[in-house]
Formats: sequence, structure tokens, C-alpha cells
Amino acid sequence: MTGRPGPLIELSNVTKTIGDGVLTTLVRQIDLRIEPGEFVAVMGPSGSGKSSLLYLLGLLDVPTEGRVIVEGRDTEHLSEAERARIRLSTLGFVFQFHFLLPEFSALTNVMLPMRALARLGEAEMRSRAEALLGTLGLAGHMHKLPGQLSGGQRQRVAIARALANEPKVLLADEPTGNLDSASSEQVLGIFRKLVDETGRAIVMVTHDAELGARADRLVRIVDGRIVSGNEAKAV
Amino acid sequence: MKLVLDIAVTHVLSRVRQTLVGLMGIAMGVGFSVMMAALMEGSQEDFVTQLVDSLPHITVSDERRNPPRQPAEDAFDMVVYSGLRTPTIRPGIKNPMAISASLENWLDGAVAPSVQSRAVIRYAGRDTAASIIGIDPKREIKVSKLATQIREGTIDSLYRSSNAIIIGDKLATKIGARVGNTINLASGTGQTLSATVVALFHSGNSMADETQAYTLIKTAQILAGQTGLVNALRIRVRDIMSAREAASRVEAQTGYKSVSWQESNEDLLNAFQIRNFIMYAVVGAILLVASFGTYNIISTITHEKTRDIAILKSLGFTSATIRQIFLAEALMIGVAGMIAGWVLGYILCLGLGQVEFKSPFQDATSLPLLYTPKHYILAGLVALAASAIAGYLPARKAAAVHPVEIIRGAS
Repeated sequence: MTGRPGPLIELSNVTKTIGDGVLTTLVRQIDLRIEPGEFVAVMGPSGSGKSSLLYLLGLLDVPTEGRVIVEGRDTEHLSEAERARIRLSTLGFVFQFHFLLPEFSALTNVMLPMRALARLGEAEMRSRAEALLGTLGLAGHMHKLPGQLSGGQRQRVAIARALANEPKVLLADEPTGNLDSASSEQVLGIFRKLVDETGRAIVMVTHDAELGARADRLVRIVDGRIVSGNEAKAV
Repeated sequence: MKLVLDIAVTHVLSRVRQTLVGLMGIAMGVGFSVMMAALMEGSQEDFVTQLVDSLPHITVSDERRNPPRQPAEDAFDMVVYSGLRTPTIRPGIKNPMAISASLENWLDGAVAPSVQSRAVIRYAGRDTAASIIGIDPKREIKVSKLATQIREGTIDSLYRSSNAIIIGDKLATKIGARVGNTINLASGTGQTLSATVVALFHSGNSMADETQAYTLIKTAQILAGQTGLVNALRIRVRDIMSAREAASRVEAQTGYKSVSWQESNEDLLNAFQIRNFIMYAVVGAILLVASFGTYNIISTITHEKTRDIAILKSLGFTSATIRQIFLAEALMIGVAGMIAGWVLGYILCLGLGQVEFKSPFQDATSLPLLYTPKHYILAGLVALAASAIAGYLPARKAAAVHPVEIIRGAS
């Protein structure tokens, strides 16, 4: 008998507060499970805590209260290096701004996470990076510097970089925020394909209702609280 | 590690101008430090060499370090002496040949007896006081460089006539004497004799060249009015640094006061120690100032790269890796600066070596420089350490960057 696989990431009663004197609560008492093969959109007004939620899911930030469990492993007592290792191997990030290293070519940028993880040989890393860039329609731009690429191309390089170590969860913070509609459509198409064809989970923060509607699940957040969509649907 | 180096190299090479400025700072620091150390230690070594060469390494004189006990002290408990006079006639060293032979049994060097005396030299109506040193030429060549310092004649010319004398070239000029002239000597004890100038020497030390003269031992004994007198043993040791230890042993064995070249120049050697301390302090300060350039560059890069650091951390790079990247950048600048500094230092030394330096006390000579790997290694190590510290501080700051704060700010 095989049971249903557990959630990839689980937030349990998570609260994040910042500030020394005057405290500001970014998210409060969040319960959320991200299952394999889910495309989750997180929506809410500005300052509602969408990005903070994403950073907590991605172990970039630590909760003030509650627990973050990644693949069944409680991350509360993990060291900074152990959290970094999980980010490197299990999670991938795409931000509104591409954040590519400007001195490195598209290919080198994509190879960076693979080289940091050091699981593959140089040739294997290179061929995987080339394949990823090819899949994302950047075969002819591999050796260009970020400054020589268009906004849409840069964001696709950033997606390729996020996928370099074959993460189980892709976390995207307003990934189409700086793109025109054609490029946005292209990025969304890539995400859809990733979920449908590779079974990866994607959590995408957006305030674009149209984009949100195209996800499998829509999580609405207001004033740091999830108001709807915190129940995963069967995938 | 390769990834760390790749990122570091890319960062450094993408800021060519800044990197060159930092590199030049370190290079100049190392270069001038090497030059200064070569000059300071070179002049010191040159001075010591001249000092050691011009004097015997150890001089055993017919004196005692402490006054000998008087017979009355042995006979009575309550004896007080006052107004003791030293004998007018120098006692000399008893059995000097036996002592010399005994010392040569264990001493790694040579021993030569001599007679130290003073006299007034008179020639062509000119008088001048001089120090007359009676020597045995065959032994003297083993303990001093007199033979090589002879400009006219030879040291063996002393055997040519009964009262032969070798005088310093400046002394000769002063009194107007030449080789072959006969000069008159008058000692403090009233002895006078005529001596033939058979050779001139030039040691390079003005004082010696103007006030010293060499005769055979026998001639000096006649001048001192004491037949058989030998009042000094001149010793040359193979290892000049062992002179102090050897002098103590000689003194313990013979009972006569034995003074090594280190003891007779104690104040000077102490002054050298202070001079060296000052030199290394200045060299350290130069390199410290140079390291500020590196600090500035790495600080600028880390400041400019804050966003990249944040994204690298969000990808899964650890703080330690970030720290290594910026430390590697500082060390790259340090290593490149160090190598450039070595080349610069060597060129500066070569250039300084061409400069002629004139002293009223010595012959015209080029600036003495000491070429030793020690200076290069020392300056290089200090430069690397300074670069590492200069890089570590901003690297630590970079590693402490919280990616969320930066990503929020940039989004």
C-alpha cells in the first residue's frame, strides 16, 4: 500500500513580526500546504504579506512563531548553511527583477546554482544549462551578457537558473511584474508546462487577477492572514 | 573553490581601474619597503664588515678586567687602599707564544702577537702623533687585511731593513713622506729611532690611514723600551659571530682582558637594533597605508554588489562562501601587488646601486645594498596579511547581508 506523498512545504501557524520598538506583523497564523504538482497563486493587496509569505516558504526568512516544514523536515533549528543547502537543492526562486549577475553570460548564470551544489561534472552542468536555455527559447543567446538581452529574455534566463538544480518547488515573486503582455504570457506558459509536464509545484505571488485565475489554486491574503484558498485541492 | 575564484576573478577584472589602483598601492608599498630594508640593512652590514675587517675580532691585552688582589689583602682582613698608581711600564703578556700556541689548539681562527705603542713621527720638520703597532708579518696576514691594503710595497718589506715602517697613505701625505724616506720616531718613554718607510697602506678608514703605522715587533719593543714585550694578542675567528663566546673563553683561560669586536662596539650594535626596529616599524606603516587601498576597493565592490550577494544567498550560497569570494578578491589584489612590488623593489635597488655616495671618512663608494630573499618574503607576507585583513572586514559585512531586505528594496 502506498500512501499519498506528504506536502513539499507546510507552514503551520506561522507568524512573522519585524521591528525593535514598534512591532509590525507581516504574516499571522498562517497554515498552508504546498503539494507536489500544484500551481498556487498568492494574491492580495499591496503590503498584505504576499512576498513575506513567499520568503518564509523559501527559507529566506525565519518565522517569529510557528513551523516551516520542507519535505517533512522541520527547519526551525537548522543552521544557516543547512537552510542554504535546502534552497539550493529543493527550491528555486524567480523574482520580479531578474537579478542576474551582470558580469556573467546567460549560460554561466544558469550554471551558478549547479556549481554551488556541485553534484554534477562541468560538462554535465554545461549541457543541462544549455538544454534549459534551449527549452526556454534562448539557444541563440547563451553567451550574451544580461545587459545584451531583452527584459523577457532576462526573466527566462532567471527561470532557467531557478530550475538549474531541478527544484521541487519554484517560488516566483511577481515574475511578470516588469514584462510586457507577450513576455508575461510566455512566462506563464512556461510555468504551466513545468507543472503539467514535470510535476513541480509552483507558488507565484501576483496581484494580477487574470494571472491568478490561471493557477490551480488561488490563495488570498489580506493583512497578513489567509482569507481563502489555504486548502490544497487534489492534484 | 573554483566557483569562488571564478566569481572573484570576474569581479576584480570587471573593475580594471580600481583594481590597478589598489594593486599599485600594494606594489609601491612592497617595492619601497624592499628598497628601504635593502638600504638600511645594506649600510649596516657594510659598516659592520668594515668595522670588523679593520679591527681584530678579539683583542687580548695585558690588562685584567678586575684589579688583582694585593698581597696585603691576603695577609690582613682590614685593609683599605687609596691612591694606587698603575705601573708606568706596561707589564705585557707573560709567555705570549705559549699562550698563542695554546689558544690555536682549540680556536677556529688565528692568533698574532703585537706590540701597541704610541710615538711622535717627525719628518721634514713636521710632527704628528701616531699609533705604532709592532707585528709579525707572517702571522699578521692571518688576522688582518693589512696585506691586501698595501698600496705601495708589500707587507714583507718590513723584513727589508732593520727599522722598517709601513704608514698610512694619509699619514704619508700629511708629513710629506714617500716610500724610501727615513722618518724619525720618538716614544713617550724617551726612545728615538730612525725608520725607513717601506710601504704605504690604505684601509679606507680615514682615522686609521692618518694615525697608524706598522713595524716589526722588535722595532716596536725598542720604541717602547721593553725588550720581549708583547702587550696584545690579535685574534681572527672564522665565524665572526662566535667572537663574543670565544673572547670569554680566552679570558677564562688566560686571565687577560679579551675584548670581542661586539663588546668594543656594544653601543653601536645597540643603536643598530633600535635602527632596525624603526625601519621595520616604518616598513609596516607603509604596507598598512597601502592596505587601505585594498580595503577601499573591496568595500566598494561589496557595496556595489550587495544585490548580487543577496541573490547568491537566495540561490543557496552560504555566508561562508560569500566571505570567501571577497577575501579571495582581496588576496588576488594582494598577491598581484606583492609580485609587482617585488619587481619594483628590485628595480629600485638596482637604481640605487648606481648612485655614488661620498663620505669624508670613507672612500667614494656606491650605496651599500643588501639583496636578500628575507626582505622580499617579509614585505610580501606583511602585504598579504594586510590585504587579508583589509578584505576580511568588508567580506564579513557582505556575508551578513540579509537577502530579504535587499530583494525587497530592489523589487
